Amino acid sequence: MLLVSPSTFIAAVLFLAIMGFVFAGILESYSAAPQENSPASVFFQYFWLPVFFMVPLLTMKCLAEERRLGTLETLLTTPVTTTEVVLGKFGAAYFLYMLLWASTGGFFYVLQHFAGDARFVDRGPLIGGYVFIAVSGLLFIAIGVFASSLSRNQAVAGIGAFALLFGLISGLSFVEGMAVLDLEVLRPLKEAVAYAQVFQHLEDFSRGIVDTRQLLFYLSGTVLALIFSILGVEAKLLHG
Amino acid sequence: MTVSPPDDSAPAIEVSHLVKAYNGIPAVNDISFTVGRGEILGFLGPNGAGKSTTMRILTGYLPATGGSVRVFGLPVASRAEEVKRLIGFMPENNPLPEDMRVSEYLYYRGRLKEVPRSRLSVRLDEVLALCDLTRVRHRILGQLSKGNRQRVGIAEAILAEPPLIIMDEPTIGLDPHQILIVRDLIARLRGRMTVILSSHILPEIEMTCDRVLIINRGQVVAQGSPAALRREFLGRSAYELEVAGDLEVLPAVLGQVDPSLRLEPPLSPEAGQSIEFQRLRVVTDREDDLGEPLLHALVAAPRLRVRGLRRAEPSLEDVFLASTQRSWDVVDGAPRPGGA
Repeated sequence: MLLVSPSTFIAAVLFLAIMGFVFAGILESYSAAPQENSPASVFFQYFWLPVFFMVPLLTMKCLAEERRLGTLETLLTTPVTTTEVVLGKFGAAYFLYMLLWASTGGFFYVLQHFAGDARFVDRGPLIGGYVFIAVSGLLFIAIGVFASSLSRNQAVAGIGAFALLFGLISGLSFVEGMAVLDLEVLRPLKEAVAYAQVFQHLEDFSRGIVDTRQLLFYLSGTVLALIFSILGVEAKLLHG
Repeated sequence: MTVSPPDDSAPAIEVSHLVKAYNGIPAVNDISFTVGRGEILGFLGPNGAGKSTTMRILTGYLPATGGSVRVFGLPVASRAEEVKRLIGFMPENNPLPEDMRVSEYLYYRGRLKEVPRSRLSVRLDEVLALCDLTRVRHRILGQLSKGNRQRVGIAEAILAEPPLIIMDEPTIGLDPHQILIVRDLIARLRGRMTVILSSHILPEIEMTCDRVLIINRGQVVAQGSPAALRREFLGRSAYELEVAGDLEVLPAVLGQVDPSLRLEPPLSPEAGQSIEFQRLRVVTDREDDLGEPLLHALVAAPRLRVRGLRRAEPSLEDVFLASTQRSWDVVDGAPRPGGA
């Protein structure tokens, strides 16, 4: 359904347009003055921009629309389980998300082709950045699927996904800076919040540091969000 | 690739003491029935009677609150996966994904229902031809007419050739011509598949179904063949007469033929002589046909002129009204004015 629906293509065009502008802006700043970081690591600093609008757009329909139209009923009367349905939706959205990100690889190809200078395309941060996108994308998409399992209204699902992602990415970095966490009693909480800093993860990945604690954070978060999605769908079946 | 049911001797469906409550309010309240193999069963009932809920429980989509449901001997509650392979289901209003094309949708459903790829394309052509959808196979589902949408739903239900087909209101919103096509389609399934369908259109049920189950307020209020239900609920046959002349002798003439024959409503005292032909209704408790002796007696009566005599067939609608009325009475403890 994802590949035949018009909203997918709108999301894709928006994504490529915005990321194209971001990339062009970065190059412009490089041409104006020398910079410290490579273009790739700066480019991935903007990962939150597409995550905030594209993940909700890609995932908001997946379960909410099925339930609103009633096609969830026809789907679940075939020999498939709720788990398979949720995993299928998640897999499709994740595949598309990665496909779109992979297409930004073209930007770097064009840069290398025309600049003819390998210094611009630093392989380390580039690969690190894509690995970060692939790992964090699991959690972001799972959160979107979860939001979609809660409502039969696409708009509510989309806004829910946006709010959850905003809370995860920006909210947690705000919480980290709160003075109240400096209290001795709240020390474990401060440590926990410090582990969950998405921007910090990105920096580590870009430098080539792959911390298993960070991997565990995304993987366990994904599994949890998917389990809640399955429960969300089944709870609606049980209680009408 | 007909899916074969595991247990050859079990009936297609066995429902016993089925209960389903939503937030403590019972939608289905202790329903029991059995459907034999190859039978076409019609579900009748007013809106909110529990028809759709019962069908959804049969398909394994909704869990029941209590009781047991077996499909070809398999308990739906614990072996839902296997049961789903034996059922083709078309839900109420037949929801379809709006953006897909007809053939794409049916192909995707076929794969979901585990029809092998090699078999699927052949089967797809068969089903499209059977449901008269070949012309629209490349159209987008969201742009189809209501009749075509319903036919896509039926095509989808029979696609994997399941031994049991459940259809919730397959003829809703169709014009008479399309209803005829759907009825033909269902008739073609007779003997090959067990079919359960619900409908509001009573002649529809009467024409297609071997047996009827009337549900009201979550309970079975009547079941049997349409003819048996008529006997049970209306209990008597009726004849319609068109007579003129001296109507006062009519009760006596009727009495000679059979003592149970009587006019309903009784003649008004001022009827007397009538030059105009009048339509009168005669009822009897006897089930055998009294038409011929009645006609002889009327013709032989010197002061009566007869123009017509017809046995009045009570429709399923009368049965439906009578049975649901009876269950209202049982539930409420008092007759409701104005019927069900």
